[in-house]
Amino acid sequence: MAKARVLIRPKEGILDPQGKAVERALPALGFEGIEHVRVGRMVELEAEDTEALGELCEKLLANPLIEDYEIQTL
Amino acid sequence: MIWGVLQFPGSCDERDALHACAAASGESHLIWHQERDLSHVDGIVVPGGFSYGDYLRAGALARFSPAMTTVAKFAAEGGPVLGICNGFQVLCEAGLLPGALLRNVELRFICKQVELKAVGGEGDGERLSIPMKHGEGRYYAPPEQLDELEARGQVAYRYADGHNSNGSVRDIAGVRNEAGNVVGLMPHPEHAVDPLTGSTDGLQVFRALERFAA
Repeated sequence: MAKARVLIRPKEGILDPQGKAVERALPALGFEGIEHVRVGRMVELEAEDTEALGELCEKLLANPLIEDYEIQTL
Repeated sequence: MIWGVLQFPGSCDERDALHACAAASGESHLIWHQERDLSHVDGIVVPGGFSYGDYLRAGALARFSPAMTTVAKFAAEGGPVLGICNGFQVLCEAGLLPGALLRNVELRFICKQVELKAVGGEGDGERLSIPMKHGEGRYYAPPEQLDELEARGQVAYRYADGHNSNGSVRDIAGVRNEAGNVVGLMPHPEHAVDPLTGSTDGLQVFRALERFAA
C-alpha cells in the first residue's frame, strides 16, 4: 500500500469566507503581514493503486467546479 | 399525483415534505435510500437535512445511494424531481443540476422567512414567502455558465431584493435542468404549506412540477 495525501482547496477567484475570517483574526493575536489566507482540507489515505486517485478526486474527494486538488504520493 | 420522498441517514425534513406533497398533489410515500424500485411514484422529492452528516461536502456522499441511481434515470426520462436544501446540494453533486452550494458568505447558519421570485414556467414573476435555514446555501457557478443558464431559462427562483443573505451569485435561490423537470432550491417550500405557519406559498413549488408527471 502506498501512502498519499490529497490537498483540496477553493479554486482561485472563489470567495473563501473561512480564509477571510481567519485572516481578520490574525492582527488581534499579534500576527502581522499575513494575507491571502485560504482554508482547504487534506485527506490522508493508503492506496494499492495511486494511479486511480485522480479519478477518485474528480468523482468524490473534490468538487472540480469549486475546488482544486493536488495529489502527493509519500 | 403520487410523490415519493427520499430518506437518507441524516435527512430531517422528510416528514414535512411528505405532508407538503400530500397537501399539494394528493399522495406521498417515504422511500428509504436503499430502495432501487421507484416505479410506484410519479415524482421524487430529495428532502433537506444533513445526509450522511454532510461529511466531506454537503450532498457529496448521498449521491452514491442506490436510490439516487434510479433518481438519475427517472430524471433523464423526464420525471419530476424536486431537491430542497440538502436535496438541492445532492442534485448538484450528482450532476443532475448545474452549479454548487458554498458556505454562506457570513459563515453563519441562517434561519428566516424570505421572499422569492419565481422565474420562468407557469408562475413566472410570482413572489413567494417561504423559510430558509442553511449554512451552505451560497449558489455558485462560473460566470460563463451563469450566462448560459440564464439564456436557457434555467434560473427557477431568485431571492427578492434585500433577501439574498447567503451571498448567492445573481440572487439565485433555485435552478432547473434544461428540460425543466428537475428543480432544486435552498429555501424550504415544505415548511410553507399551512396557514398556521404563516404562508402556503410553498404549495406552488410542488404543483409547478406536476405537469412533468407521466
